[in-house]
Amino acid sequence: MPLPYYVSPEQMMQDKAEYAKKGIAKGRSIIALEYLDGIVLAADNPSSSLHKVSEVYDRIAFAGAGKYSEFEHLRKAGIRHADLTGYMYSREDVSARTLSNAYSQSLGTAFSTDVKPLEVEILVVQVGVNGQPNEIFRISFDGSIVDEKSFAVIGGRSEAVQQYLREHATPQPPTLKDGLRRCLSALEQVATQKIPSENLEVAVLDRNRQGRKFRRLTSADISLLFV
Amino acid sequence: MNPMSFLPYHDGSSFFDFLTQHHPELRPGVHDMTMPRAGVPVDLGRPGTLPVPHGTTVLALKYRDGAIIAGDRRATEGFQIADRRIEKVFRIDEYSAMAIAGAAGPCIEMAKLFQTELEHYEKLEGVQLSCEGKANKLGQMVKANLPMVFQGLVVMPLYVGYDLKRKEGRIFKYDITGGRYEESDHHSIGSGGKDARNTMREHYRLGLDEDAALRVGLLALYNAADEDVGTGGPDLVRGIYPTAKIVSEAGITDVPESRVRALYETMIAERRRI
Repeated sequence: MPLPYYVSPEQMMQDKAEYAKKGIAKGRSIIALEYLDGIVLAADNPSSSLHKVSEVYDRIAFAGAGKYSEFEHLRKAGIRHADLTGYMYSREDVSARTLSNAYSQSLGTAFSTDVKPLEVEILVVQVGVNGQPNEIFRISFDGSIVDEKSFAVIGGRSEAVQQYLREHATPQPPTLKDGLRRCLSALEQVATQKIPSENLEVAVLDRNRQGRKFRRLTSADISLLFV
Repeated sequence: MNPMSFLPYHDGSSFFDFLTQHHPELRPGVHDMTMPRAGVPVDLGRPGTLPVPHGTTVLALKYRDGAIIAGDRRATEGFQIADRRIEKVFRIDEYSAMAIAGAAGPCIEMAKLFQTELEHYEKLEGVQLSCEGKANKLGQMVKANLPMVFQGLVVMPLYVGYDLKRKEGRIFKYDITGGRYEESDHHSIGSGGKDARNTMREHYRLGLDEDAALRVGLLALYNAADEDVGTGGPDLVRGIYPTAKIVSEAGITDVPESRVRALYETMIAERRRI
């Protein structure tokens, strides 16, 4: 039996990281931005049924970029994790921090032990109620986890979108209308083309809602906001 | 190593199945045959039996725009009152509610699991189950509880949902084997169920408006409490009244206590003899 070639661990990790990054950069970007009443999530998504943004629990939402089958798998696992915690303890004990840690552990293990790393980057966001701050966690393909402030971008040319949002940041969180406009112009600037409102997938975590805070905006809702 | 080991791995959209496979200790209906049998009232005090609080009269009736579901507040343990303000009517999701009769603990557990089940499905699949689908799922959960029935822990739900496709309220009743039967107008279960059914049979009319239907439902509970020791009537001293919920196209709403109280005050004033 021939011996496998020796590959140094540094080289192996680097190759895996490059492979994953390439896969993630192929897609389009998703933005999470804090606004006056919570957090708005906006994605450039031509499909109206294959969602990139979804509800996880009362105050928590998920967004995934990269390979659909992989982040969809993570999304479902996260919902199971959250529903199980909520059923076992109580609804208020489900937190974005715990969920992000579980994601981070899973992605980290997959990155270091599996031949093929997961080509995904995900966001776990939680709207703060009763004066609590919002939480935005960005988790990368290798399990590294970043606690973001005021906005976060994943997928596609995320650096460029981030740059735009940083330049146009305001000291106070914008209204939903202004926030969504800012997201749209950031996405359009990087895509260098107009994005019609039916290609925009938008959802909000609105702290003023009763019970479950997550709400999807239909393209009619979005058009109304842009009038 | 399974990369998902930090997150539960499972196929399928049912939370109930997920619990059964991965956390059977958390699932209701999983029983231990060595447990002493839970006592129904007549068994109370016999060696090897446990007293268990039981829920009593709950009812549902249709009205013009949907359905009303209501229940009394008393839980009994043999000939003792276990709780005076137990809640037997549960909001399940935006368009449905369920009421329970039977052993209080497992009943409340089933309601909580059913709520999680429907929300879980909705989040995973991106759409809500149909009204019929929800009713069938509840039937499967009742069926899974069958081993507990032999231990004396009966859970009997009554389910109402607003069917968005048919544009009407629907009522489902169950038997202990999980059999699911749809009722066309009204139904009541629990120890005072028969008395409540008799009242509703007399006073129910097709196409009642919300107020009239609520009055029939509350009257049925009042009469059931009059005849059945296990059912609690309005408690004017402590200010405890039966609870009711309404499902309609607009979603589910709680009937405020003030409205229930006002209806009972009129009803009692009409009957007062001294």
